[in-house]
Amino acid sequence: MRNVFAIAGREFRSIFTSPIAYVVLTGFLLLGGWFFFNLVARFNLLVSLYSSFQQMGDASAQLNLNEMVLAPLFQNLAVVLVILVPMITMRSFAEEKRTGTYELLLTSPVGTGQIVVGKFLGAAGFIAIMVALTSIYGLILAAYGNPEIGVMAAGYLGLLLLAITFVAVGLFASSLTENQIIAAVTGLVMLLLLFVIAWPADSLPETPGAILRYLAVTEHFGQMVTGIIDTKSLIYFASMIVGGMFLTQRSVESVRWR
Amino acid sequence: MIEVHELTKRYGDRVAVESISFTAEKGRVLGFLGPNGAGKTTTMRMLTGFLPPSSGTARVAGYDVATQSDEVRRRIGYLPENPPLYPEMTVRSYLTFVARLKGVPRAHLAAARDRAIERMGLTDVAGRLLAHLSKGYKQRVGLAQALVHEPEVLVLDEPTIGLDPRQIIEIRGLIRGLAGERTVILSTHILPEVSQLCDKVVIINEGRIVCEDLRENLTRNASLEEVFLRSITRDTAAREAEATV
Repeated sequence: MRNVFAIAGREFRSIFTSPIAYVVLTGFLLLGGWFFFNLVARFNLLVSLYSSFQQMGDASAQLNLNEMVLAPLFQNLAVVLVILVPMITMRSFAEEKRTGTYELLLTSPVGTGQIVVGKFLGAAGFIAIMVALTSIYGLILAAYGNPEIGVMAAGYLGLLLLAITFVAVGLFASSLTENQIIAAVTGLVMLLLLFVIAWPADSLPETPGAILRYLAVTEHFGQMVTGIIDTKSLIYFASMIVGGMFLTQRSVESVRWR
Repeated sequence: MIEVHELTKRYGDRVAVESISFTAEKGRVLGFLGPNGAGKTTTMRMLTGFLPPSSGTARVAGYDVATQSDEVRRRIGYLPENPPLYPEMTVRSYLTFVARLKGVPRAHLAAARDRAIERMGLTDVAGRLLAHLSKGYKQRVGLAQALVHEPEVLVLDEPTIGLDPRQIIEIRGLIRGLAGERTVILSTHILPEVSQLCDKVVIINEGRIVCEDLRENLTRNASLEEVFLRSITRDTAAREAEATV
């Protein structure tokens, strides 16, 4: 455990000392703010439009902050995370392989599993901070409107689980190569696949369709955004995270097979 | 202290190291000598547990590198060809990190780090970022990380490569100071380094050991240069003869 924390701590600090982290963080918050502003502005417009139609009675009661602002905001942030998480995880193994510090790690009395868990915790810690910073949008809505807090919390949980799953996938991509760009592109492609894998589900027979739907991250994330926390989704995210780390460990260990 | 027995490493069809055997006694400095690409780095990587051998065994301090890798790694300090430094860390935080990785108990971390810093003459730069150090200082930090956990065995892969003459003299002095208490294996292709530092010489060519002897025996009748060239050419001739048969 000590080794895990030593590696996690170093990884976390090294992310913060690299300019990539700040570029990613700034980009993420800038886009997030832009989405939020536009969604709120549109919501505002709809409210004033609805209330101007007197004959419709109290139609504005049908407008819902969770559905019209938070849900699309989370969906948009998820797409941004698909692109940005690989930018954070691309260094983790690739950079160590390139500079030779990989040799230090692998010749220390530390298991490859500990290395992977340590690196995962370091990167997940950074991503968790990134997601936590978007809670400002929820706080603003709670202060000036009346969103459903439970639904909002489920959405944030979904976003966090999604982001951490992406970290596990990104780490795996990084463990495959010593080139950061290849790591980033591989991670990005794998994450996009997780997003679109359910597309042919409707035209397929029932069982393969259901399997593809279960594999798609959008399916589970979409449910959580609407406030439904299904055990099935939690198991999905947990198994994706553990699976990603398992593959990473195998890939790190594979130097020893060749 | 180190016993290598018929150690072999294959990459697919290519044999990088072919059935090599040698021993290094406790407290001695063994020079691992050979042209570039002879298999020095591969051998060292097998000794330190970075690469598994394809066949054969190697024991370090009584532990087998393949089956008791963790015990071996605890007892070995390794300086790879490029010192494994994280440029964004300071000398002090880097050495603390390595000490933790190598399993130095928490209570002794600071002491182990400070001892390594002092020993390698890094006191003046202890607070600087590794990225800002000169090549000579980087090499010293590399040595410091290899011995921060007080290992019984030090494996140094070309420790003086790419340094200027003054730095080479400094690093050699530091290595000489380390011998005596520890077993040191040092790879190089610089012959004077061997005569200045090593008690025993192993010459390797294209993955095979062509000569293993105490330095004083080797240099009794001829200079080390002559011994080296003779061993290498004899080996190459033997290989050609083999190939034509």
